Amino acid sequence: MSDALNKMTIAGARDALRKGEVTAVDLTMSCMTAMDAAGALNAFVHKTPDIALEQARAADARIASGEAPAMCGIPLGIKDLFCTKGVPSQAASAILKGFRPEYESTVTSKLFDAGAVMLGKLNMDEFAMGSSNETSTYGNAVNPWRRGNDETPLTPGGSSGGSASAVSADLCLAATGTDTGGSIRQPAAFTGIVGLKPTYGRCSRWGIVAFASSLDQAGPMTKTVRDAAIMLGAMSGEDAKDSTSAPIPVPDFEAMLTGDIRGKTIGIPREYRMEGMPEEIEALWSQGAEMLKDAGARIVDISLPHTKYALPAYYVIAPAEASSNLARYDGVRYGHRAKLAQGDGIVDMYEKTRAEGFGPEVQRRVMIGTYVLSAGFYDAYYNRARKVRALIKRDFDEVFAGGVDAILTPATPSAAFGLGEMKDADPVQMYLNDVFTVTVNLAGLPGISVPTGIDRQGLPLGLQLIGKPWEEGELMNFGQVLESAAGFAEKPAKWW
Amino acid sequence: MLDLTFDTPKPKRITGAKHDWELVIGMEIHAQVSSNAKLFSGASTAFGAEPNSNVSFVDAAMPGMLPVINDFCVEQAVRTGLGLKAAINLTSAFDRKNYFYPDLPQGYQISQLYHPIVGEGEVLVEMGPGVARLVRIERIHLEQDAGKSIHDMDPTMSFVDFNRTGVALMEIVSRPDIRGPEEAAAYVGKLRQILRYLGTCDGNMQNGNLRADVNVSVCLPGAYEKYQETQDFGHLGTRCEIKNMNSMRFIQQAIDYEARRQIAILEDGGKIDQETRLYDPDKGETRSMRSKEEAHDYRYFPCPDLLPLEIEQGWVDDIAAAMPELPDAKKARFMADFGLTDYDASVLTAELDSARFFEKVAEGRDGKMAANWVINELFGRLKKEGHEITDSPVSAAQLGGIVDLIQKGDISGKIAKDLFEIVYTEGGDPAKIVEDRGMKQVTDTGAIEAAVDEVIAANPAQVEKAKANPKLAGWFTGQVLKATGGKANPKVVTELVAQKLGL
Repeated sequence: MSDALNKMTIAGARDALRKGEVTAVDLTMSCMTAMDAAGALNAFVHKTPDIALEQARAADARIASGEAPAMCGIPLGIKDLFCTKGVPSQAASAILKGFRPEYESTVTSKLFDAGAVMLGKLNMDEFAMGSSNETSTYGNAVNPWRRGNDETPLTPGGSSGGSASAVSADLCLAATGTDTGGSIRQPAAFTGIVGLKPTYGRCSRWGIVAFASSLDQAGPMTKTVRDAAIMLGAMSGEDAKDSTSAPIPVPDFEAMLTGDIRGKTIGIPREYRMEGMPEEIEALWSQGAEMLKDAGARIVDISLPHTKYALPAYYVIAPAEASSNLARYDGVRYGHRAKLAQGDGIVDMYEKTRAEGFGPEVQRRVMIGTYVLSAGFYDAYYNRARKVRALIKRDFDEVFAGGVDAILTPATPSAAFGLGEMKDADPVQMYLNDVFTVTVNLAGLPGISVPTGIDRQGLPLGLQLIGKPWEEGELMNFGQVLESAAGFAEKPAKWW
Repeated sequence: MLDLTFDTPKPKRITGAKHDWELVIGMEIHAQVSSNAKLFSGASTAFGAEPNSNVSFVDAAMPGMLPVINDFCVEQAVRTGLGLKAAINLTSAFDRKNYFYPDLPQGYQISQLYHPIVGEGEVLVEMGPGVARLVRIERIHLEQDAGKSIHDMDPTMSFVDFNRTGVALMEIVSRPDIRGPEEAAAYVGKLRQILRYLGTCDGNMQNGNLRADVNVSVCLPGAYEKYQETQDFGHLGTRCEIKNMNSMRFIQQAIDYEARRQIAILEDGGKIDQETRLYDPDKGETRSMRSKEEAHDYRYFPCPDLLPLEIEQGWVDDIAAAMPELPDAKKARFMADFGLTDYDASVLTAELDSARFFEKVAEGRDGKMAANWVINELFGRLKKEGHEITDSPVSAAQLGGIVDLIQKGDISGKIAKDLFEIVYTEGGDPAKIVEDRGMKQVTDTGAIEAAVDEVIAANPAQVEKAKANPKLAGWFTGQVLKATGGKANPKVVTELVAQKLGL
């Protein structure tokens, strides 16, 4: 059995650990073996085997004492955006080269306090800016899925591409992700796994390298919806160190997965029917609605009229916040500092350091953000985007107030694309990947991506469910109904 | 109620080559909030610590760190607002002011541009008995201080000290109601006094606890009155802002220099550029800090790490209910209750510690006498030795004891001064010292009578003269006092001399 331990789900491993059928050390070793053999996926950018084994041994002791929480002994991968004490935490950026925080992020602290095991740090787009993992200073992670026998390497999506790749390829049982505009849900959809972005404020942002503070939210990336429920329970909760974390109790999410959605109402937003959307995605969306209907839900057409303004508003607000959040990477205190020439002053140090340390996409967004906040443009861009954001939120509020319990949409406008395929494209083409997901961040809502089908080329496709604020439990219940109705059980054929 | 009738002082006028000019001044005071911890982190604010020892991860802007508001700093800002009779905004919000500098680790200062915590208030600035300027306060907002860049420790490198980074400041913004350098200094002094009474800022200007940015413009006589009528800044001249001054003397010098600089330009037919300037105390002049091309675009926007700051009226009411008596009220009370002059009341209320000391001395005693002893004897002596009232060798109880002995007639004013000297240098209970050292005034008429008789008997010629000219009776009083070593009660001696001489 030991070679298959890495393929377990959190729920399965938890039960087996408690029954004494496996040990955390065995589980961890199995994942480490898989991890070591998966260099071609470039999912892990820094491995922490010593920490993992120490945590696994401690978890075994705790399990033996009979007092172990659900996440105890579960081997996880941690997105590089999370600061992990003493372990390189670079947000996949050259500007944080060599940075080892002296502190542990709240989310990882909570997970480790619950007994979870850290296998290492996972690849991502630099500062979480990207949809294909190609902006990483470590080079891109690779999707374990391929188009049939076509060996073209595909993107695992982004920004949490390393997390998606690692979970999909069974290098770990689950991974942390973060989602600012779709960075959990899009890679989850591209790799056939479950990705949940919780309500803004559900998880503490303390210790997570900030991209766009009003949009960033951590969440679980797992093999099943049940696993997402278990893991979210361990990650979330109010944190005095994050003023935007909400004083809302964390329920037993797993207990809310009753499978009963009878009498519930699912909205299908007409504005999400995009021109040029692949037929297969269109079909999958309809099938998803049918599945929920079959389980007893009522399906209604709804309108979210300001949807079309979401992407432009997002690409004003997120870069604006990022331009400010990334100002601290200046070469003064930590991370990369450029070599200076004789006579160079402080401005030269800033310019050279940031030119060398930030990749092109990050530089582009810092410049966009600086521009939209600058005198004379603030009202035209930033303030207008804020107004649009309020309208988008109001669209959702009205729909939910009208009796809709959750909204079903496609997760992505396409299946995973080839790495490098978008290299020469207009950056806006890449931004279009977020078209179904950014509204959720702008409105601060929970959203989940559930693998629901396989396209003609053999690639996974996902559907997104959007829930009411703080109703992740109910949202995951819908997700689980979809998951079991779709019966998605495919795994990528191992080629790495 | 306070009697707030006062005359408005005349604005300062400067005579130029062509016209007379008036000054218009508005100030932004950066007052460090008295608080043990910083505005958004738990790091200490203690002054004078080893460089970079009071720095949290938040202050150093490590990746992923987030600000959390220090409620006590909010309370202090509210208290300050109440002390300046200002509107308290129950909802305020924080914004980021973005710029790069090594002593600003985040790359932005968290401040309150759009929604400050305190709105309009006022400060009464006294310029002399019955003369005062009412300066309107536009707003007070909370913000983070920056760290300190050190450029003179090494020929090739600069250093930064983040101890001050993130310390809470209140920026107190006045309207352009100040009309001269002296008024500007008096305004800072009054604000400092109020803040110290409130306990919301130590006001130590040398340590940079209180710093001023001064906006100066000049206009022709009559223009300012039009501005006041309409509140239209168009009537005023273009202003220049002199940044970051921490001395009352420099503030006055800088304003005077800057006004004359502007007048010279205007009378030459030139135009004033609105700009930021620095005062160089060595050269006694202001100079431009940066050109227009270098002007910062701060890209203010709401700080997404902090929710709007909501406070409750009940909480504000609780703070208001616990407000200390403020300088104006205290001074008025001292004048009314103790019969003090305007001047003495001002001196005694200048510092809260002095006022408290005086009140202890004056309690149950003659207020005027207590004021004399505190101001003339004690303050004089303390000043000579460079002591503060807080480390006075003579306690309020001791000084009160001395006053008691005078009031009871146990000692004369002259002996009291000797006694004060003993208490100041040696300490001890004044009454006991008087007893032990036989300093008590002789009021026993029998003993004094004997001494008077003796002096009269020994000086018959003087007696004749005094009988002819009663004014000379004082000579006998002096002789008797001399003979009794100053212990005889002068009043009793005077009476007895007059009686014995049959005057």
